[in-house]
Amino acid sequence: MIEKPGIGRPLAHVVLVLGVLVVAFPIYYTFIASTQSLTTILRPPLPLTPGDQIAANYGEALFGGIGRIGGVAVTTLLFNTLVMALGIALGKIFISILSAFAVVFFRFPLRMVFFWLIFVTLMLPVEVRILPTYKVMVDLGMIDTYAGLILPLIASATATLLFRQFFMTIPSELVEAARIDGAGPLRFLRDILLPLSKTNIAALFVILFIYGWTQYLWPLLVTNDNQMNTIVIALKKMVSFADADTPWHMVMVTSILAILPPVLVVVLMQRWFVRGLVESEK
Amino acid sequence: MAKIELKDVRKVYHGGVEAVKGVSLSVEDGAFVVLVGPSGCGKSTLLRMVAGLESISSGTIAIGDRVVNELEPAERDIAMVFQNYALYPHMTVRKNLEYGLKNRKMASGEIARRVDEAAKMLEIGALLDRRPGQLSGGQRQRVAMGRALVREPAAFLFDEPLSNLDAKLRVQMRAEIRRLQRRLKTTSLYVTHDQLEAMTLADTLVVLNAGRIEQAGSPMEVYERPASLFVATFIGSPAMNLLPLGAGGIAGLTAPDGLLSGAGPAKTLGIRPEHMRLADGEAPRPGEMRFDLTVTGVEVVGAESFVYGTLPEGGPEVAVRVAGYSHVEPGTRLAAAADPAYLHRFDRETGRRI
Amino acid sequence: MQKAVFPNRVLPYLLLAPQVAITIVFFYWPASQALYQSMLKEDPFGLKSKFVGLQNFTQVLGNPDYLNSVRVTVVFSVSTAVLAMALALFLATAAEKVVRGKGFYRTMLIWPYAVAPAVAGLLFLFMFNPSMGTFAYLLRDAGYRWNPLLDGDQAMLLVVVAAAWKQISYNFLFFVAALQSVPRSLIEAAAIDGASSTKRFWTIVFPLIAPTTFFLLVVNTVYAFFDTFGIIDAVTGGGPAQATQTLVYKVYNDGFVNLDLGGSAAQSVILMAIVIALTAIQFRYVEKRVHYA
Ligand SMILES: Nc1ncnc2c1ncn2[C@@H]1O[C@H](COP(=O)(O)OP(=O)(O)OP(=O)(O)O)[C@@H](O)[C@H]1O
Ligand SMILES: [Mg+2]
Repeated sequence: MIEKPGIGRPLAHVVLVLGVLVVAFPIYYTFIASTQSLTTILRPPLPLTPGDQIAANYGEALFGGIGRIGGVAVTTLLFNTLVMALGIALGKIFISILSAFAVVFFRFPLRMVFFWLIFVTLMLPVEVRILPTYKVMVDLGMIDTYAGLILPLIASATATLLFRQFFMTIPSELVEAARIDGAGPLRFLRDILLPLSKTNIAALFVILFIYGWTQYLWPLLVTNDNQMNTIVIALKKMVSFADADTPWHMVMVTSILAILPPVLVVVLMQRWFVRGLVESEK
Repeated sequence: MAKIELKDVRKVYHGGVEAVKGVSLSVEDGAFVVLVGPSGCGKSTLLRMVAGLESISSGTIAIGDRVVNELEPAERDIAMVFQNYALYPHMTVRKNLEYGLKNRKMASGEIARRVDEAAKMLEIGALLDRRPGQLSGGQRQRVAMGRALVREPAAFLFDEPLSNLDAKLRVQMRAEIRRLQRRLKTTSLYVTHDQLEAMTLADTLVVLNAGRIEQAGSPMEVYERPASLFVATFIGSPAMNLLPLGAGGIAGLTAPDGLLSGAGPAKTLGIRPEHMRLADGEAPRPGEMRFDLTVTGVEVVGAESFVYGTLPEGGPEVAVRVAGYSHVEPGTRLAAAADPAYLHRFDRETGRRI
Repeated sequence: MQKAVFPNRVLPYLLLAPQVAITIVFFYWPASQALYQSMLKEDPFGLKSKFVGLQNFTQVLGNPDYLNSVRVTVVFSVSTAVLAMALALFLATAAEKVVRGKGFYRTMLIWPYAVAPAVAGLLFLFMFNPSMGTFAYLLRDAGYRWNPLLDGDQAMLLVVVAAAWKQISYNFLFFVAALQSVPRSLIEAAAIDGASSTKRFWTIVFPLIAPTTFFLLVVNTVYAFFDTFGIIDAVTGGGPAQATQTLVYKVYNDGFVNLDLGGSAAQSVILMAIVIALTAIQFRYVEKRVHYA
């Protein structure tokens, strides 16, 4: 180390602690608010320590108070969101592995045409083609279905490119050894390629799970029925009323419930998440 | 156990590279045949066609009594050892050995028996539960051999299996491969560009050049009677001394009458360094060739040295083997001698032996 | 050496089928619809439509609202990118210096990545809501006239802060990785040459991480373009008086709220062109990175 253990390092700690405070504060503050009564919240400033309504608020959010989010239980919303996030993550990983496998380990007519067909979608997020995609969903009768929530967001090339990149680093001889050992393509995929891709799959899973969980515009469009809402959409609907009517304490509880699963995934699977992020986005 | 028969085999790669240009070769049952040749001459291509990893552009390959042109690698009853070993990194050594057998739906008792036997033979019993990442290069090499052994195939194919090892280990493994093959008597086709490896391992040595067989024969045959200039220079180190024969003989070389004359095509003479000796101060012996050399350098190898010198008038450089340590100064003029019995003659146009 | 491959003829098509099918149905079909729609005009009752060529485009590009939206998007994207990147780089350099607690700091700093943009928007709205937000209260107490619901600049400030907050984690991770890959020997050599720590940063470290910085600039811009819809919808709904109406928000608004299909489609097509340009820039950069390595 060059830095003398003088002023540099303590200063760095100070900076980081401040940074953590700034970054974590909104979430902490949300948690505080979720433990207060609505009256306390409506009379700012809010205290900096948890209030006494924690049991009451969370109890009501989870087990009572169905009426407040368009008649849908929080558990239903969480379930919808979970289905969507898992569907997107697993679906994307599934179709991407298959197509990357095809493009890397086979030679066939139109291979590059297919590759480019998929590759081009890399550039266009669903946001830029919402209206026509919405029309397609209506035509296919996929409004208010899980398939409608999931499938359009699976059509993207990032995961395919990532797997392609990884597959290309697999030495040719490994394929050849497997062929001599009597493994056909599917057996090679199952016995050798998938086990070797484990970390990549885990990393991608974390990123895609977050991606799916935090979607907003798309579920907003394809769900009319409140029963099909994701938690993020429901949250937004809770505050779209006139300001005074917003049950802020419940909004904050629901926010915490909406934030918690993806945060847990990120924090607990941090190693893979960081790897996946820094590697996949290259 | 089987014979391998190649008939006029050709390989043209996508894009038109003709890597193998009509090779016919017969590998006898139980023989150890080594393919040797410079980089890019098509050794690997040929081997991989036998393995079924590369399609055959024309010609036929038969293993045993079957023509295997259209068969999958797994159906050809061969096993292969790769240069980088190609072990499955996520499987233990035991799993690596078992994989090919399991895919063939072999009974588990038989699998266990074969794995144990191979492990014993290769002394890798203690490593069976490790993964390839936890092994040294030499150990990986053994496991790769083990994976081929357990299959008990009709033929072993090796593509430079030792070139990732250090020099000492290479010599050791070389001996071991030879010992194993003698014991199992499995037909083996072995690719290398290391001529020492080729010479020591082969029953039959096949020298390839630019997609064609230059010569096939026992190592000593190839060494003592190289069929072409190419083989003459490729096999042997330092290479055979070549002396282009002009109309008026060769400057600085005196030879018995009639040796350098004679009709026929333009010739190149060849003589190996170990068939020459320094003869400075000696009186010329009858019937010997004498060379008048100016020393350009000395290479001391240990048990022997090579003295390099040029013939006068810009003549070619020749190497002379000297037993023990030689201390001649560069620039010294001295005489060397050789017995014409060891002289090789080649047609300079075609490169073939005369 | 070419990749070893399997000889199957039909299997690869089967393997590709799921992704290709999904891509065609949910990507190429709608994208071509957008192109087609962008050249149609519907009558006021939505009963008939006729081909109008590029008229929708000229109308969109001549519309002051649209131009305002372009300006808003540029201001929003640049501010968000600069703010998020500057803070992240600052934190990353600090994280490089510390020895103990690195993992802890990282864990604490990556949370916001997992928060949905719309939820992030709600949190900031809650903190800065003029009627009951604690920070709004504190600001007013300090004599500042804070009302983002009426003041366009303040609204913009609020969405920028919310959007940047969410992006710090991402940038932080990339900067940390970039800083770690700066060869220590270079920094040591500079130190021996007597360069001060600040000077070392600006003359050695910063140029060396320039590729990452540039990459992040593109990524952050794309993020600000598209992924922030939820933030804007939650915090301001594009207001007040369109002060925070970004291009994506306007596509949504014109298409789903004002039902101007042709105009919305034309805007979609323009957006696609912008994204393709940004991606192309990013790819050029990827090539550049190879030279650096
Ligand atoms: N997949 C391929 N496509 C096109 N040409 C190829 C391919 N593989 C090999 N070649 C060419 O065929 C020729 C023979 O290659 P091969 O690998 O058989 O050489 P080799 O004798 O094994 O050389 P080395 O000792 O370097 O391994 C070379 O000219 C090589 O460039
Ligand atoms: Mg080779």
